[in-house]
Amino acid sequence: MDTKLFKELGLEDIHGKIQAGERISVEEGERLFACPNVLAVGSLAHLVRRRMHGDAAYYVVNQHINYSNVCVNGCRFCAFGRKKGDSLAFELNVDDILNKVKARTDDPITEVHIVGGCHPDLPFSFYEEALRRIKTLRPEIRIKAFTAVEIAHFAKLEGISTREVLTRLKAAGLDMLPGGGAEVFSTRIRALLCPEKLSGQGWLDVAREAHQMGIKTNATMLYGHLETERERIEHLDALRRLQDETGGLVCFIPLPFQPANTQIKDAQPTTGVEDLKTMAVSRLMLDNVPHIKAYWVMLTVKLAQVALYFGADDFDGTVIEEKIGHMAGAESEQALTRRKLERIIREGGFRPVERDCFFNAVKRG
Amino acid sequence: METGRLLEKAALGERLSIDEAADIYGQADFFGLGQAAHSLRLRKHPDPVVTYVVDRNINYSNICVCGCRFCAFFRAPDQEGGYVLSREDLAGKIEETLGLGGTQILMQGGHHPTLPLSFYEEMLRFIKDRYPIHIHAFSPPEIVHFARLEGVDVRTVIERLRAAGLDSIPGGGAEILVDSVRKAVSPNKCSASEWLGVMEEAHHQGMRTTATMMFGHEEEPCHRLEHLLALRELQDRTGGFTAFIPWAFQPGNTSIRRSPETAVSYLRLLAVSRLVLDNFDNVQASWVTMGPKVAQLALQFGANDFGSTMIEENVVAAAGVHFRLSVREIRRIIEAAGFKPRQRTMAYGPVEESDRDQS
Repeated sequence: MDTKLFKELGLEDIHGKIQAGERISVEEGERLFACPNVLAVGSLAHLVRRRMHGDAAYYVVNQHINYSNVCVNGCRFCAFGRKKGDSLAFELNVDDILNKVKARTDDPITEVHIVGGCHPDLPFSFYEEALRRIKTLRPEIRIKAFTAVEIAHFAKLEGISTREVLTRLKAAGLDMLPGGGAEVFSTRIRALLCPEKLSGQGWLDVAREAHQMGIKTNATMLYGHLETERERIEHLDALRRLQDETGGLVCFIPLPFQPANTQIKDAQPTTGVEDLKTMAVSRLMLDNVPHIKAYWVMLTVKLAQVALYFGADDFDGTVIEEKIGHMAGAESEQALTRRKLERIIREGGFRPVERDCFFNAVKRG
Repeated sequence: METGRLLEKAALGERLSIDEAADIYGQADFFGLGQAAHSLRLRKHPDPVVTYVVDRNINYSNICVCGCRFCAFFRAPDQEGGYVLSREDLAGKIEETLGLGGTQILMQGGHHPTLPLSFYEEMLRFIKDRYPIHIHAFSPPEIVHFARLEGVDVRTVIERLRAAGLDSIPGGGAEILVDSVRKAVSPNKCSASEWLGVMEEAHHQGMRTTATMMFGHEEEPCHRLEHLLALRELQDRTGGFTAFIPWAFQPGNTSIRRSPETAVSYLRLLAVSRLVLDNFDNVQASWVTMGPKVAQLALQFGANDFGSTMIEENVVAAAGVHFRLSVREIRRIIEAAGFKPRQRTMAYGPVEESDRDQS
């Protein structure tokens, strides 16, 4: 994209800053959102993405396990959570979880991703036992489990501090926290959509504590419901400030809200251009977060491939048995094979690199 | 010339040679290609309008003697599941289309082994006698097939179909307009020059047609460019094509084993098509094969038309790909991309706003 175009779009100054590797402000982030030319915004994000990662596009061979959909929170944007006793409620016991891991012992999985609802009465020992037994079964696997929201919930239920929760889970085998539950940090939005859930500040506090204890985390943003673009930018800015402080964020994942089967029925699904612009602005705002994920479960595989040009450097994983997005009407596949993932990345013009949950390259003999 | 310069030249509407087209297709960066195609689109259509048509695909029959390897829709004459649509069903489908604010039907079928030309003439008359609807029907391979079966020339077939009510000819069955590719994937279908010959004859008779390309099966990238050049050359002579519609082969349930084209390769080809086809006004995005999200981005890669609402679509669905969009959703997607949606006719003229169904 030539300089003339950015001048025409009134983005000359931002273009200059990006080229110089300087940080853009919240107001500049808002101007990028307002820019009608999604290719121009995308090309700026691509510049940064190439500077950081060249033509690499990462993916992970992983397994998702949702231990239960029973949840005390009742967030309005969620199609997954159920109250206890609901006919569609489920909860796995530790043996069930183990069996899911065992069922895939022949697969070269490097990461298990475990999240669930905020269950009203599962004892804390359940989670510790699950982690311990997975680690015993497959010690080489990294366990990325429990969002900040679940961590705070465990602490409340058990009557202990979040620090103690994290300490005990780490001792049981926890390697990393996923980035879920961040939604949009805005108090206004959380009051509207998920009043029972851990606050935005609470989420950031748990993440900070984890980082200080040496536990890395991801971070997400659920967008496309009732939030404004300003609230998205403020969310990104809050993460950027946390990252300046701790450096513990590994990957940021923007998630388009899927309205089907949720209580926000009048919301329209996000469109492709909006998804790509959000991806690009995230890359540009989060100059200190190493990775941006195109989560194909929510974006569709086709758009996720295109998103590799709009700031994303990670294609997520092979994902077996995803439930949360699909119960909200996500129309993507349930799983992708490694071969298929690599082909899609390569045909997009990038170099596939298999990674573990910390983004270390995985060497296969 | 370096690719940057070539893109600048093409964006201004200057003609690309096949070698230059190959250079940008192979080497130009993703954003440069999109931006050049979008610039050319804006030169041709300075108003930020994206058009769409409300229509229905009606497949009057799936019985076909061609047996193309890429097709999941057809049934051989002796195979179970073959049908020829009854008049009653046909009328029902058209009434439903008109009820939904539709202005045209896209009617195509297989190469039926025995139905005489009079069958098609009667079908057209049956429709025109009853309904005020534009009939966009019979792709060139069907017309060539009718001519062979009837023992008359293509010109006579088109004259007779026109007299019976045919309004325009869809650009289907072009696949890749290179005979070596056609021999491999659709050996019993009309040749590239026969396809082009039908379109030339239709244009001479004053009919408008569209042109398609189905890519991503057994062709090489250079064959795609040859296809574009053949269309450009004919358009130079006749000016009869209204639009170009590339779409990616969907391998499900067909006898070609390969992976489908990805979104990035679709967008690249779309942009190159816009730049090479400097004498085509309209380029259509394919949400039916790429999904609404990628089709929306296609509006920044040279497309100025969002295609059809496809009240009914059977051929791509037979290959296992199902996307559905309402008129309202199409309009919302177009608006979210920064364009004004406008319902059009087959000839790409506007449909009176008062006639339009908003649902």
